[in-house]
Amino acid sequence: MSTGFDTETVRSGVDTHRFVSRRTLVWRRFLRNRPAVVSLAVLVLLFAACWVLPPLLPYDYSRLDYTALQQPPSARHWFGTNALGQDLLAQTLRGMQKSLLIGLCVAVISTVIAATVGAVAGYFGGWRDRALMWLVDLLLVVPSFLLIAIVTPRTRGNIVWLIVLLAAFSWMISSRIVRGLTMSLREREFVVAARYMGVSDARIITRHIIPNVASILIIDTTLNVGVAVIAETGLSFLGFGVQRPDVSLGTLIADGTPSVTTFPWLFLFPAGVLVTIVLCANLIGDGLRDALDPAARPARRARGKAGRR
Amino acid sequence: MTRFLARRLLNYVVLLVLASFLTFALASWFFEPLDALLQRNPRPPQSTIDAKAAELGLDKPIPVRYLDWAAGAVRGDFGTTVTGQPVAEELWRRVGVSLRLVLIGSVVGTVVGVAVGAWGAIRQYRLSDRVITTLSLLIISAPVFVIANLLILAALNVNSVLGVQLFEYIGETSPDAVGGPWDRFVDRVQHLVLPTVTLALGSIAGYSRYQRNAMLDVLGQDFIRTARAKGLTRRRALLKHGLRTALIPMATLFAYGFGALITGAVFTEKIFGWHGVGEWWIQGITNQDTNVVVAITVLSGVAILLAGLLSDVIYAALDPRVRVGA
Repeated sequence: MSTGFDTETVRSGVDTHRFVSRRTLVWRRFLRNRPAVVSLAVLVLLFAACWVLPPLLPYDYSRLDYTALQQPPSARHWFGTNALGQDLLAQTLRGMQKSLLIGLCVAVISTVIAATVGAVAGYFGGWRDRALMWLVDLLLVVPSFLLIAIVTPRTRGNIVWLIVLLAAFSWMISSRIVRGLTMSLREREFVVAARYMGVSDARIITRHIIPNVASILIIDTTLNVGVAVIAETGLSFLGFGVQRPDVSLGTLIADGTPSVTTFPWLFLFPAGVLVTIVLCANLIGDGLRDALDPAARPARRARGKAGRR
Repeated sequence: MTRFLARRLLNYVVLLVLASFLTFALASWFFEPLDALLQRNPRPPQSTIDAKAAELGLDKPIPVRYLDWAAGAVRGDFGTTVTGQPVAEELWRRVGVSLRLVLIGSVVGTVVGVAVGAWGAIRQYRLSDRVITTLSLLIISAPVFVIANLLILAALNVNSVLGVQLFEYIGETSPDAVGGPWDRFVDRVQHLVLPTVTLALGSIAGYSRYQRNAMLDVLGQDFIRTARAKGLTRRRALLKHGLRTALIPMATLFAYGFGALITGAVFTEKIFGWHGVGEWWIQGITNQDTNVVVAITVLSGVAILLAGLLSDVIYAALDPRVRVGA
């Protein structure tokens, strides 16, 4: 660059040497969003706590304390105990491990499926598009929750199966959004240019299409964590998810439900943790959307539009 | 228009057939209805078990079983449960219970949600908007079964403060209901309030968030200013030009929201002890009963497709650009 240009930028207040990358910019915008930052901190803390704390506790999640049956919270049992004398804090932490792990895995896997299906359908169009979107329609007609519950009792609460099943039925709406975006990207100059230069279709999708829908994918993954956690706890609540003797937040809430009016702590602590997790995921997702895509503030509305055929 | 509708309906029928086959195949493959007999102690003679297997058609391959089932389903006969009762009879009885919950829940949820969202957009960043936004975010983050229990806790406190049993939270009627039709009606309403509010709260929170965003988008546009400049009152400009335009994306949302509402009804029925379709579905899986589960899947598939059709009709009514040539 010429010196003349440099003095020009100095006068205009823009220092080219300290020009910020998009990543830094997004990060700075995210940090300015206080609820999102606090949520991220809380979620990281919870995730760390549920793996670090259990060995430090005097009680294992399955150990029975016969001197404290159905006791309200006390100094010895911070969250109280259930009818068998199991420490609710240890159980809640164990449940958090399961629920958080399942939620994160499902969110990532389902976003990967959504990105693949959406990009392939949108980029190639034609029969691939019709077939894939038809599959999406089919899976949206069957309440996926019902189908998962048919299969899970046979998997004996194996959480790998639970993750696979939940992920297999939660990518449909996101894939429609990706498809819509891909269809408009397909006609853009840089994609057309790449095609004329002989770049293969697979390479165009991975190098040109996916990076351009990355912000939507990141936002979607975060919001899907909340959805997946709710789906998992819901299945476990009905008895079709994580199976006894193991616990998830859903089974704990199910245990607390019959006695919600008499021994409310059995319900309130796991439910409080569950709502906190989902709330944090939602707030982080909102914060990421504002940071990544400040122009398209109501990205949720785009979801509805992309959904229309 | 007729051709469009006919094609749409044909598409729906094909989707339903495939959905029912998918569920039927999955259920037949994974369910083991004979377990209940095999685990009985003392174990029944082999001939009894074989007879039960033949009665349930377990000796035939799954596609043949599906065709048998489909031939009956077309005539409105959804087969029998594991214990031999006809599915259709029980289904229609339970549909009445669930329909009351889901219909009232979805109407209340949509109307209140849209109203609350629009109100929030008009009062952007005022106190009421902030309260609405925070509350709806909290409710969205809480699953149905948590909301239901919290409402029960709250109702219990209200009841004990008032000293009257104002809210009921078990069943759809009191078993010992006495008195004339009016008393029975009041009794039903007392039972209806909590489950309906549980179901509606989720929809209210969801719709109000989207509606607020959509409304804010519309309010910033030129035609609102034009309408005001033309001399329309603020109320008229907001309602006729603002709200109507902002409602368009909601129509699509309704189709998606309905599926979630059906899932929510399963939890609501379980927690409040309503003997509806959702409760039966849980029992169906516990009893490993293929016919019950498939019948319920078809039913909810029909409901979801009807909701989709309704949302398209609303869309066309609101947005003249998408009307199909008359």
